[in-house]
Amino acid sequence: MNLKKYFNLKSLLTVLTFGGLSLGQAMAQATEEAAKNEGLGKTVSYYILLFLLACVFIGIIGKVLQVYELTRKIQGKKSGIAWDKFNGVMFAAALILGLYGAYWSYTEHGSLILPESASEHGVAIDSMFNITLIITTFVFVVTHIILFLFAYKYKHSKKRTAYYYPHNNTLEKYWTIIPAIALTVLVLMGFFIWRGITNIPKDQMASAIQIDVTAHQFAWDVRYAGKDNVNGRKNYKLIGSLNGLNNLGLDLSDKRNNDDLKVNEIVLPVNKSVRFTIGSQDVLHSFYMPHFRVQMNAVPGMPTFFQFTPKVTTAEMQEKTNNPEFNYQLYCAKICGGSHYNMKFLVKVVSEKEYQEWLKEQKPIVTEEMKKEYQLALSKQNSVNNQIALNN
Amino acid sequence: MATAAIHNPTATHHDEHHDHAHHHETFLTKYVFSQDHKMIAKQFLITGIVMGVIAMILSILFRIQLAYPDQSFPLFEVLLGKFAPEGRLDPNFYLSLVTIHGTIMVFFVLTAGLSGTFSNLLIPLQLGARDMASPFMNMLSYWFFFTASVIMLSTFFIESGPAGAGWTIYPPLSAVAKSMPGSGLGMTLWLVSMTLFVASSLIGGINYISTVLNMRTKGMDLWKMPLTIWSFFLTAIVGLLSFPVLVAAVVLLIFDRSFGTSFYLSDIYVAGQALPNEGGSPILWQHLFWFLGHPEVYIVLMPALGITSEVIATNARKPIFGYHAMVYSLIGITVLSFIVWGHHMFVTGMNPFLGGVFMITTLIIAVPSAVKTFNYLATLWKGNIRFTPAMLFAIGLVSFFISGGLTGIFLGNAALDINLHDTYFVVAHFHLVMGSAAIFGMLSGIYHWFPKMFGRLMNAKLGYLHFWLTFISAYLVFFPMHFMGLDGVPRRYYSFTEFESMNEWLSVNVFVTWAAILGAVAQVAFLWNFFYSIFFGEKSTQNPWESTTLEWTTPVERIHGNWPGEIPTVYRWPYDYSKPGHNTDFIPQTTPFSETMSSNMPHDFEGNEEAEKIQEEWNAKNVNNTEEVK
Repeated sequence: MNLKKYFNLKSLLTVLTFGGLSLGQAMAQATEEAAKNEGLGKTVSYYILLFLLACVFIGIIGKVLQVYELTRKIQGKKSGIAWDKFNGVMFAAALILGLYGAYWSYTEHGSLILPESASEHGVAIDSMFNITLIITTFVFVVTHIILFLFAYKYKHSKKRTAYYYPHNNTLEKYWTIIPAIALTVLVLMGFFIWRGITNIPKDQMASAIQIDVTAHQFAWDVRYAGKDNVNGRKNYKLIGSLNGLNNLGLDLSDKRNNDDLKVNEIVLPVNKSVRFTIGSQDVLHSFYMPHFRVQMNAVPGMPTFFQFTPKVTTAEMQEKTNNPEFNYQLYCAKICGGSHYNMKFLVKVVSEKEYQEWLKEQKPIVTEEMKKEYQLALSKQNSVNNQIALNN
Repeated sequence: MATAAIHNPTATHHDEHHDHAHHHETFLTKYVFSQDHKMIAKQFLITGIVMGVIAMILSILFRIQLAYPDQSFPLFEVLLGKFAPEGRLDPNFYLSLVTIHGTIMVFFVLTAGLSGTFSNLLIPLQLGARDMASPFMNMLSYWFFFTASVIMLSTFFIESGPAGAGWTIYPPLSAVAKSMPGSGLGMTLWLVSMTLFVASSLIGGINYISTVLNMRTKGMDLWKMPLTIWSFFLTAIVGLLSFPVLVAAVVLLIFDRSFGTSFYLSDIYVAGQALPNEGGSPILWQHLFWFLGHPEVYIVLMPALGITSEVIATNARKPIFGYHAMVYSLIGITVLSFIVWGHHMFVTGMNPFLGGVFMITTLIIAVPSAVKTFNYLATLWKGNIRFTPAMLFAIGLVSFFISGGLTGIFLGNAALDINLHDTYFVVAHFHLVMGSAAIFGMLSGIYHWFPKMFGRLMNAKLGYLHFWLTFISAYLVFFPMHFMGLDGVPRRYYSFTEFESMNEWLSVNVFVTWAAILGAVAQVAFLWNFFYSIFFGEKSTQNPWESTTLEWTTPVERIHGNWPGEIPTVYRWPYDYSKPGHNTDFIPQTTPFSETMSSNMPHDFEGNEEAEKIQEEWNAKNVNNTEEVK
């Protein structure tokens, strides 16, 4: 190692001048643009200098180590520092600090994660998660203890020879079969929970509260199905029709649309099954409500579904999390463009009574104005048709 | 002609020299349009390193945005102009940074930089071949890759900016130019670049496969190949079968973007206008993309695992534990990697029943991975470990492979994936298991085979510094991200300020960003070490790590054609380290059993009765001798 070569004054100066020059350019540009960039050069050169200082410092340490090793050599002792020992000890230290760090992160960051599931199926997901977490944490800790302790214990020594041990079929069978069994258990549990969530009998589908969600850049439009509990037809070609009033593309010839309700927040009655029909007008979005363990992509041209039962009201959750500001949220979880990070929608879970009261206040999505426009359009179309008929 | 000599392994030492004397290489044929596999490997490596540094700088840019979402950095505006108005990154440009960071890291660094470098370097050297099966195609492969790199980077200089739909470029976002600025010209160039990239990968892959199958030296049967070669070979097969599907997907996307077809588009209303496309499905893209995309993570990981196997065996001075199991688990991963892609699509609207099926196949693939991990641990047991920088990185890989692999058990489970999909948990998972692990494999390989590439050694102490800083910072960056994911924080968010509930993560983001900056600064130690050592490093000896494999029997001078005389013959497997009864702790593959009578074991002869008989006679004689001495 010859650090002297590259940490001499000359190369340092070169680097500095080079840095200075580019800085000068940057500053010149900056001053041209506006005075707002004043002091930028100073800040940047401060950091560059800091970095160079760190390099010089490391260079000096390298030099010192080299001199030390050389003197040891001259004195005829075994070559200077036992680097194998150093790295072995580092691994032992990394094991202790790493395990403590993992523990700290588990407790410190772990305390910030989502509260217990606010939906019925989420409870099963959470217990599945906990089982998986316990198994994987156990394997994580044990394998790391083995890995780092072996690294420490079997660090190089001239006195020893490694143990020639090319294979052991019994051992290999064990560590093929045991993970296979553990994974089979996890797979089966996961499979049944997954089927339970996604495979809902037809009659339960129909009896659930129907809510239709349409995603677009960068907001959600939500409508409730109203009295008939069926959302009316939509057609993307009708979006913006009726003089721009029809922003969802509702097909007004479908009378089921008339009792559908337009809402500005999702309000759900506790312990009632609710079925979301999710769609998108433009790009992919993802309907993500983490507190309920609910996620489903919104796909243009293909409705997707998610049915679940909320079981904790907002008020209860505020108590549980000890946070009076707490609210359920709907996020977008699939990259969808510039404002992907800002597609929030408020979600509330309330008692049945509160829900009914709230529902009464909601306005139909098909306004009188829209109906008028629709009639107008129809009559126009009819007259055109009549003219065509007459002409024939 | 030198090529004549290359294809004539029986040419004598003298002839070869004679040929070379008359073959004047110009700068252009030696360093630029070289057909020598070693030079092409170096070209891949240095391009890969440059691309890696660029992608790393991109990541630091968006990490700063995440840590200080409300702060203005005038330097950004100076450097990036209108991509960072008022010194704050534009949200669309943020997504472009994320996209290009991912694309470059996955494809340009960890596929081309890793496979391209080490397959090219090691396949001929470790198999005993003078060069690749087709040196010209090999050169072509590099220049396709280089062109792809240039095109990818050039998108930073166009007005609408680079592609921004994420590295998976899901349509319609990537298909509809009006949906974001990054889906304009930047996306077109992304698609062109990737097509060239895939061409490069395929040309390379065909070459690797044919070289491995046809050009092994005498005695080098498949079961005597080092695990590096096995992993490169299987990686090339995976690439050959999966990359064409990506090209097909990309071509269809180009059609959708430019020629009005509707493969991926249907029922779209964007920017105040309904598009005429009907009948397509965005899910189709996801199927096609992940049919490559999932094998791709094994394309990234398997060479790293192969390199690690080699480095761990060499430096633990022990045979790799369970060589056959290692090969079979690689084959298992290769086969299974093709039937797990659906686990990226559990909540994308794919039929939920399919989700269940993909969950089962996904968790099966964890078994061969577990076998590999345990075999690494068993290899270290009772070893005599030399901590070269390469060995440190190899151990680091094992650690990342475990940590990242275990979180895969959560994500592979469809039920758990509902809440973890597209959150920071995923980011943490793949950055550990495929990002950090693969890059550690690559760095391990660079430190280990640097002498074979440049005839010099890298500085070990700077290597230690590099390792410890990188290892620690990688964990500091990615470990906390798991918990962000468990709090339901989605990935690819420009800032966390819009949601009250995410504010608690702002301080963690600052911590992670500074850890990332530490990791990035640590790479300066590597870059300095690498480029300085090319010219001024300590001169290497022929076999600096006392390794058994063939590449260390070539001269330090790295001549065209690799061996000055006849290509050596191989007699034994590559892992005879610390064999009892032998006087040194390694026996090169070129040493015949007749020279190591004192250390031969019955299973060495693979049922060759005559050899066994000779050995028995020798043993009997030798035992008698020792008894007489007593």
